[in-house]
Amino acid sequence: MSAPTLPLDRTLPTTKDNSAPAIVFEDVALAFDANKVLRGVSFSLAHGETKALFGVAGSGKSLILKLALGLLRPDSGRIIVLGEDITQMKEKELFQLRSKIGMVFQESALFDSLTVKENVAYRLTEEHGIYDDDIDRQVREVLRFVELEHTLDLFPSELSGGMRRRVAIARALITKPELLLYDSPTGGLDPVTSNTIIELIVKQRDVYKTSALMVTHRLQDAFTMATHQFDKQTNHIVPLPPGQHCEVPMSFLILRDGKVIFDGDLDQLAHTQDEYIKEYIS
Amino acid sequence: MELISPTDLAKENIQTVQDYVLFCGQAIANLFRKPLYFADMVQQADTIGVGSLPIVVLTGMFTGGILALQASNTLERFGSITLVGQLVSTSMVRELGPVLTSLMVAGRNSSGMASELGSMVVTEQIDAMRALGTDPMKKLVTPRVTSCVFMLFFLTIISDLVGLVGGLFIAKVLLRLDARQYWYNAWETLVFQDVFMGLIKPVLFGFIIATVGCFYGMNARGGTQGVGRATTQAVVAASVLILAFDLFITRFLMIVLSYH
Repeated sequence: MSAPTLPLDRTLPTTKDNSAPAIVFEDVALAFDANKVLRGVSFSLAHGETKALFGVAGSGKSLILKLALGLLRPDSGRIIVLGEDITQMKEKELFQLRSKIGMVFQESALFDSLTVKENVAYRLTEEHGIYDDDIDRQVREVLRFVELEHTLDLFPSELSGGMRRRVAIARALITKPELLLYDSPTGGLDPVTSNTIIELIVKQRDVYKTSALMVTHRLQDAFTMATHQFDKQTNHIVPLPPGQHCEVPMSFLILRDGKVIFDGDLDQLAHTQDEYIKEYIS
Repeated sequence: MELISPTDLAKENIQTVQDYVLFCGQAIANLFRKPLYFADMVQQADTIGVGSLPIVVLTGMFTGGILALQASNTLERFGSITLVGQLVSTSMVRELGPVLTSLMVAGRNSSGMASELGSMVVTEQIDAMRALGTDPMKKLVTPRVTSCVFMLFFLTIISDLVGLVGGLFIAKVLLRLDARQYWYNAWETLVFQDVFMGLIKPVLFGFIIATVGCFYGMNARGGTQGVGRATTQAVVAASVLILAFDLFITRFLMIVLSYH
């Protein structure tokens, strides 16, 4: 599998070298009327770590991402994102925080009345004070990263599902965020396209070392991420030798009945004694 | 079908009114907060104003013509057929121009706003906008409200004028009246209160059209079916509110302007 060309001369984002976790959930609960979706979820995402989030449909995986982004508020508990307690934060303050976070939505959520270029450049154009030439250069660079530079003037409706997902990733990456949230980035895609998306995510993880929380239904995607790394020399993702872990920490989180039933790395997952988890990953 | 208790229904409706009032407050407050999306306002002004021009012109012209035709029948009995111009003028400027223009614009734009914003809600584009650091109220709602208020004001003036032309056509061709006499009567009968009343209404109605359309759109739930429902509700609510507020504002202005 070959990965898209990477602009290696690009300056890497300045990761804040602190030991504070990127995300902390403390006993977070959320209900919609009588339906209690989350019943005291607690976990933390370390700085620079990538965490894959599993659970059956309706277990509240996507809600966790929306809570982390401040799009929803928890009924109880505390959420800390990039060192800031967002539980009671006002929407206006959240906009500032969200500028440090990139989100890839389940169905891409591209603005259908804007072209690919306008979609990807959205955040930059909203910031004002950035010259058009700079915006154009950055958009082309990030679209080259996802191998879609030729789609600049197309509308989302003219793209395939996989291409839309890659544009959504480009849109999330354009401002070099400190935290990335992926909501089922391979959901509804064929295996080949899914692999392309996972390659992109692995490449992003290993090159930029951005903290990331990824919701996925496909176990094989998370296993590929845990067992492969991006090779800058060959511009490919390559399997890790047996027993070796990738440079960027990768962990797994499994939800069941609104609670976290597993939070650990690949080895711990492989050796779990929990019957439900065994059945889930088999 | 699940039955809802009257108490729950009442609570639900009161909640909707409360949410709508807060929504309107936010839309107005955003006018005084940066950033102001001027380019979006211009784009919306084009969509709402220029886009609605054909139906407003047609409505105004036919309404003016019908008024002249209907009035002639009654006025002829009293030997006052020359007063057709007066009747068309006062009716169009005070009442039918603002109300019919607003109803037409509501049918076209409230539904458009509700379906556009509703589609954005159900496809997570509104969430994406918030995630990208943009306030959807500022970016989507306030420009629509501002443009609708601004453009409806001018659309009403055009409708009034075209209505008078429609009346003139009927007066001249069918009733064989003198064109200059028609215009003289139509112009001379108008007083400040008529014009003021006729131009204050579109400001309020424009606000109703845009806020109702955006409110139902932003609160659309339940996929494409929900968008369809929001669209229908927006047109119905906007039309009913226009007619209801028309009654109250007419009475209010009559008192304020000492107008009989």
